[in-house]
Amino acid sequence: MSQVREFEGTVDELKTLFSDRAASGETMVLNLGPQHPSTHGVLRLMLELDGEEVVRCLPDIGFLHTGIEKNMEAKTYLKALVMTDRMDYLNPLGNNLTYCLAVEKLCGIEVPDRAQVIRVLCAELQRISSHLVWLGTSAMDLNASSILIYCFRDRERLLDIFELVGGQRMMSSYIRPGGVWRDLPDEFVPAVEAFLEYLPAKLADYERLLTRNPIFLRRTVDIGIIAADQAMARGMTGSSLRGSGVNYDVRRAMPYCGYEHYDFDVPLEEGCDVYARYRVRMSEFQQSMRIIRQALSMLQPGPFMTDDHRFAPPPRSDLGRSMEAVIRHFKYWTEGFSAPEGEVYIATESPRGELGCYLVGDGGAQPARVHFRTPSFHNLQSLPYMAEGYLVADLVAMIGSIDIVLGDVDR
Amino acid sequence: MNHIETTIADVHTNYPNAIQQRISFRGDTTLVVAVTALLEICQLLRHDPALDYSFLVDLAAVDYHPQQPRFGVSYLLHSLKQNARLRLRVMLSQQDPRLPSVSGVWPAAEWPEREAFDLMGIEFADHPDLRRILMPADWEGHPLRKDYPLGYEEVQFSFNWKEIDRRKDYAQE
Repeated sequence: MSQVREFEGTVDELKTLFSDRAASGETMVLNLGPQHPSTHGVLRLMLELDGEEVVRCLPDIGFLHTGIEKNMEAKTYLKALVMTDRMDYLNPLGNNLTYCLAVEKLCGIEVPDRAQVIRVLCAELQRISSHLVWLGTSAMDLNASSILIYCFRDRERLLDIFELVGGQRMMSSYIRPGGVWRDLPDEFVPAVEAFLEYLPAKLADYERLLTRNPIFLRRTVDIGIIAADQAMARGMTGSSLRGSGVNYDVRRAMPYCGYEHYDFDVPLEEGCDVYARYRVRMSEFQQSMRIIRQALSMLQPGPFMTDDHRFAPPPRSDLGRSMEAVIRHFKYWTEGFSAPEGEVYIATESPRGELGCYLVGDGGAQPARVHFRTPSFHNLQSLPYMAEGYLVADLVAMIGSIDIVLGDVDR
Repeated sequence: MNHIETTIADVHTNYPNAIQQRISFRGDTTLVVAVTALLEICQLLRHDPALDYSFLVDLAAVDYHPQQPRFGVSYLLHSLKQNARLRLRVMLSQQDPRLPSVSGVWPAAEWPEREAFDLMGIEFADHPDLRRILMPADWEGHPLRKDYPLGYEEVQFSFNWKEIDRRKDYAQE
């Protein structure tokens, strides 16, 4: 008791957050994280426990807050792009895409067809790579540690493809306002086709290891139940929401990048539990592969960047012979382009849910305000509701099942 | 788009003086509404079965400095049945950036409101747990405000070395 008094200064404001039973010592307050492998990064959870049962769960976030939104206000629209890669580090191309779509909506930039298809390819490959990390880490949380190694092995192939495309494995800033940075290399299509050949057999292996595994089922079925209306009221989106049976996918509801031209299903499960979310994501692998196959067949030669001179750099080949191109090049990379006054919001379906960018322009070359509606932030909000009454070990399964990325939560 | 028109007409009949401005930009519709009517409008939008804005997608605070009123808080609402989106915005003065919390209407607003409080210094009345969320609890100031500097380091050259050295406070001991 005397030890508690020592920390009274900071504990006082938290006292109201726990039940009276915690003050009397009937329940125990336990700190989980921020440095704990099962919290998928730097998430800190303050738990009030009755034995091993969670009475109250209070997430404490912000350990990875890097002020990205503030930093972007001090950069031109173009230079702010590189900040977006670093938010959700499992979905850098998807973040690029969301931000670029917002800039394009604000400025009214038309994106050529080939760039649209390339973007869809990137987004779906990224979804597979992100889901592979989710599968590996969330299965490892339930002590199926070999899956982690398998999934990271497969993801490595995707990172090689991203390196082929954008020059870097992860933070490539490949998608730019107006299109993409450069055209796809010739090796790209064979590499993706080889990957599509490779992956289904591996996924079947993982399904064999998990889907009907009795230990896995005991750990996931009827764990972390959140009903559809509660999930929606708490702002849950993405695969986690579809695990509660709500048919909401941004690619369907508000198509972007020509998603309306692709034929794919939105997997739904009615279980509302950890297992349902697992099933949804496993089906999404198949749907993403379906979209990628269609996108490969839609890939036609053509420009990969808008020809609007205000928003695109001049072709490199022009710099040697045209003074105007040199001027344009210089102005584009230093001053940037100015966007009109106004505010736009654009949403995309990230591997975790609805990733939105709210962009306010003031007529200048720098955004007046950029706000990201990040799916991990909103999905994590419903964790306390989900966790109440379950065991600590189940809580770990739930954290894995909502697939949070702390870079995405804290920005 | 039709659903948006119905919504606006509905809000207008119920609260004739509440809509201060209507902005249409690039296909997004924003309604600037009076702070006093915000909570009631939100309840109407949420609970009216015909309108059915069951989903609060996003809540963001904006600092329009040096414009007056200075702060704006945007609510992006989504109706799943109608697949329609509407943005509500309220404007708040610099002296009193305070408005009612909508976390009673949409629990999803709880954390975004804490974020707006933390980073922009906007007070949400009747919020169940209004604490800082991203910044440390003892942080001073609200980083996303325009008058909060980013804190650049000035580059030292031979001509300004001494001057920067003089005003730089090094760690003592």
